[in-house]
Amino acid sequence: MAGIISWGSYVPRYRIKVEEIASVWGMDPEKVKAGLRIQEKAVPDIDEDAATIAVECARNALAVDVPSDPASADSSSSSFPSSSVSSSSSSSLPSPLAEHIHAIYIGSESHPYAVKPTGTIVGEAIGVGNDYTTADFEFACKAGTAAMQAALAMVRSGMATFALAGGADTAQAAPGDPLEYTAAAGGAVFIIGKDHAVAEINHTLSFTSDTPDFWRRAHERYPSHGGPFTGEPAYFRHVIASTKKLMHVAGTTPSDYDHVVLHQPNGKFPARAAARLGFTREQMALGMLVPLIGNTYSGAAILGLANVLDNARPGQRVLLTSYGSGAGSDSFDITITDRIVPVQKQIRPLQSYIGRKTYLDYPAYLQKVRAIQHT
Amino acid sequence: MAVPKFWRQIPALYNLEGSVCGCGALAFPPREVCPKCHAVGLKPHRFRGKGTVETFTIIRTPTTDPEGENIEVPARSIPYVMGIIRLEEGPRLTAQIVDARPEDVRIGDRVELVFRKLLEKGPKGVIQYGYKFRPV
Ligand SMILES: [Zn+2]
Repeated sequence: MAGIISWGSYVPRYRIKVEEIASVWGMDPEKVKAGLRIQEKAVPDIDEDAATIAVECARNALAVDVPSDPASADSSSSSFPSSSVSSSSSSSLPSPLAEHIHAIYIGSESHPYAVKPTGTIVGEAIGVGNDYTTADFEFACKAGTAAMQAALAMVRSGMATFALAGGADTAQAAPGDPLEYTAAAGGAVFIIGKDHAVAEINHTLSFTSDTPDFWRRAHERYPSHGGPFTGEPAYFRHVIASTKKLMHVAGTTPSDYDHVVLHQPNGKFPARAAARLGFTREQMALGMLVPLIGNTYSGAAILGLANVLDNARPGQRVLLTSYGSGAGSDSFDITITDRIVPVQKQIRPLQSYIGRKTYLDYPAYLQKVRAIQHT
Repeated sequence: MAVPKFWRQIPALYNLEGSVCGCGALAFPPREVCPKCHAVGLKPHRFRGKGTVETFTIIRTPTTDPEGENIEVPARSIPYVMGIIRLEEGPRLTAQIVDARPEDVRIGDRVELVFRKLLEKGPKGVIQYGYKFRPV
């Protein structure tokens, strides 16, 4: 069954604490932390953007020796020559796996260019050659999962042997906006293939409507949002409807899942949605990263999935639901296979990025996000 | 840098593509003529992206351009560190060292390749991406 062959994740090194931002605006940090259930967020360096983040994720995903067990060697349906895969340990090496990637879809709300695809930068940096198709995806925080669905369709239809898809963002927030506490940077990508899956995608579907809860007009630097309107008619309606529909189609109940990842604009929304859907704190634990890295927008839900893949065991079942303002949710029903074990040993784990950090004060933060700069 | 020149340098800038001679000599950036035996017809060679800091300097007064063109991205955020990196395979190159505070960088530090923004030709121009290094 088609699914995830490999994955890669990345979070920048810099962090800023809620206390530091709150002190600038005269807010009570404890109230902010209780309201948003977030401690700190990841901040991109001044020379990082959605393209550089996607490249690091993609190089991490390719730095694996793809499964070459007897079962896959006699697989006739795959054109993937497993014997030609070198045991590359360096993320900079061109991988033979890359040569079989025929589609690249990167989702972001902070693509570095308005016109000029991010996907071509990623394709060149990982050495896929020229025999691939790409287009950039945009759907607020769910552009990454929308990209994954398109990649899966390309693979299932036979138009691509492998497709690389995911999301990366350096989210912007106007100084003083409540979003400033959460808007963060990071990303994850997944290589989708027909065989050799470390995580089979059993079902995926979406729930979408025209709901203007959060937007950014062309040429505007910072997004606008509908305040409390981003909650019930937006996040909760779509996340809950999509997740329920997925479980109906898959014939599952909440207790069938070992790990559940919901989009996490803050710590409060996914916890509340999980409670309403009947998921426990234990099911949510691995996929809940927002308290430590903030809302990485297109990266948010799928960084949760990357952390699950870093740690999941064969046979476990995973539910993922993203949310993008505007508005829609994509849900995935996933089963982890035996093949994940050797890949987990080679993947650079997300925790290695989350664990290493340098704190910024507010002026240094403004420099990094280019709100102030040396002329 | 003109767009065609940047475009020609993409293999070197993105993936450390240098050159290798039949005599075995490696070069970065890529050369037309072997620096060791002066042969021509060198082949592309991709370096692994691991190395050590041979020496470094801390930039506190960045290069500025009154027209706002060709601004190196790190110049917008100072101080930053420029280093001479010796690649595992031998050649040396000059690159920014990121993800490290200037006071934490030491000669001999192990570093690895990262992909970052190098330069922007003003708010309208092309963005140049390429190699930098970070401590392992
Ligand atoms: Zn020579």
